Amino acid sequence: MFLKFLLRRLLYVIPMLFITTLIVFSLILLIPGDPVLAMLGDSATHEKIAELRQQLGLDQPVMLQYFHWLNNAIHGDLGRSIFTGQHVDEALMQTLSVTMQLVVVGMIFSIVGGIFFAVTSIYFPNSWMDYVARFFGTLGTAIPTFLVAMILIIFFSLKLNWLPATGFTSLIDGPGTFLKGIILPGFSLSLAGIAVITRHLRSSLLETMDADYVRTAYSKGVSRYRAIFKHSLQNAMLPVVTTIGLLFGTALGATVVVENIFAIPGMGQLVVNAIEQRDFTMVQGVVLVMIVMVIVINFITDIVYALLDPRIEY
Amino acid sequence: MNTETPILEVNHLKAYIPSSKGEIKPVNDISFSIKKGEIVALVGESGSGKSVSSLSIMGLNASAIKYRPESSILFEGQDLLKLKEKELRKIRGNDIAMIFQDPMSSLNPVHPIGRQIAESIILHKKVSYKEAMKLALDLLNKVGIPDAERRLNDYPHQLSGGMRQRAMIAIALACNPKLLIADEPTTALDVTIQSQILNLLRDLQKEFGISILLITHDLGVVAETADRVLVMYCGEIVEEGNVEEIFENPGHPYTKGLMDSIPSLYGPSKDILDAIPGIVPNPLELPQGCHFVTRCAFATENCHEDSPTLKKHTSGNRVACWNPLIKEGVEGR
Repeated sequence: MFLKFLLRRLLYVIPMLFITTLIVFSLILLIPGDPVLAMLGDSATHEKIAELRQQLGLDQPVMLQYFHWLNNAIHGDLGRSIFTGQHVDEALMQTLSVTMQLVVVGMIFSIVGGIFFAVTSIYFPNSWMDYVARFFGTLGTAIPTFLVAMILIIFFSLKLNWLPATGFTSLIDGPGTFLKGIILPGFSLSLAGIAVITRHLRSSLLETMDADYVRTAYSKGVSRYRAIFKHSLQNAMLPVVTTIGLLFGTALGATVVVENIFAIPGMGQLVVNAIEQRDFTMVQGVVLVMIVMVIVINFITDIVYALLDPRIEY
Repeated sequence: MNTETPILEVNHLKAYIPSSKGEIKPVNDISFSIKKGEIVALVGESGSGKSVSSLSIMGLNASAIKYRPESSILFEGQDLLKLKEKELRKIRGNDIAMIFQDPMSSLNPVHPIGRQIAESIILHKKVSYKEAMKLALDLLNKVGIPDAERRLNDYPHQLSGGMRQRAMIAIALACNPKLLIADEPTTALDVTIQSQILNLLRDLQKEFGISILLITHDLGVVAETADRVLVMYCGEIVEEGNVEEIFENPGHPYTKGLMDSIPSLYGPSKDILDAIPGIVPNPLELPQGCHFVTRCAFATENCHEDSPTLKKHTSGNRVACWNPLIKEGVEGR
């Protein structure tokens, strides 16, 4: 039953991936700026330009270029960087793990922080904690990521000298230094997520706290603590799971800013450099991988939702 | 019915909600008692205060509802209104249990039925989860759920309405309560399922001697199940008596009105069903004197000035009316 459900969901993913490749490929054609000119400089002769075009396959019809690119992409070959000559898939492999570590940490902060603020706000209504939670819920969505990042650096790195302002160590290379380096970028990445989850979960909890089944729980003699954690929270989390799935995508996008501010060698930094250099094969590669990741995360979200809510028929 | 000592005694229960427009009194000075093994029906329209009364016993009213200091609800000698939340929790689900109107929304959709029954047992008895699940299985069998072993792991949405209400009853019975409050237990169910559930309640009452407070607006349910009836209107009890007496000899015009509005299969057919004229008055603008005066065909001048109190009649009914329909005379109190 569940396997069938999984396969059916997977079938939805395939056309989505196909459309993604189309969009990614055509986006690059729409972006102004000729990569060949960018590579050769303004003084290049017409012969030189034509030669490089031919070399890169840019003189072929667009459809042919697409199918050629797609065929290679399916086989794991996303071409070479037209700037450095490095294989795009190799560059992606190196940076993907860095970005994933950052995103996962950021999402853990978001989920833990969001649940903490939402639950305390419900548990102690109209207390100072409730007001702090509600304040956070508004502030987090209003304040842009780059500003959070800079404030954190000024305060915790420059003033207090507690945490490093830049640099990244992988979790496998050194858990201690990894933690130290990831706290500030992780938190910058998570603030918006904390705010969104707090607001959404808080209103969802307010609803489920008044639900008939919570009244039933009270009539059985359960405590307020148990009523919230065992009866209200699990039901309130259901709609929030979808939000968390969407937040993953947002966080992935925000890594572009965060990685550049904290000098973290991830995909975000890679793509910004590639854009500056008009390294269009590299940009294509990064954007493709990011979109695929978002699709995969949404797929996982669907599965988690189905596992959490027994009412969903497989 | 069995013994004469009341298990629950509600004295001068006055619940009020302070609001900017004035005080709302959902329950205004009601007193009644329930004996061991007795089924008492609390009857009234929506907004008559029956749910507030029952939730007061459980201590589960919204925090906006306050009680006057002279109110008391004595359960086995303890005043439930004076108990701390922690002490009340020991009574809820253990000594007093409750079943609710809509079994779909009253069961937690993300927990299996067995776990929901076992939770109550684990909260009040010193048993392991495994033992509690075994007891839960017994309870499901007792309330007549077929194939109970499999149902134990089913979620509420996998059960039919009647089965859900049976599961709800199983939760309520989990710790052998002495008093069961059933708030409109059949309203959300089909007629055939209704009578099954009512029979089940009757059987359980006979088997275990549980006292039941049955809250309903359905007089058919009352006739089928209850021993004694309390009729509520605008937060007050207007008539009280044995079920036979109430049905044969309603004393209050409101009770009579409720009876007349039941469609009957016997006797001469009516073209139009008799309904009580008018609507329930706004709780902020209750009429002076008897609250029923605006809708009563028998109202006299006196009714507009003084509110009547419950008086016992020779038939045994107690009626709060200046012009009761029973003409045998008043017996005092």
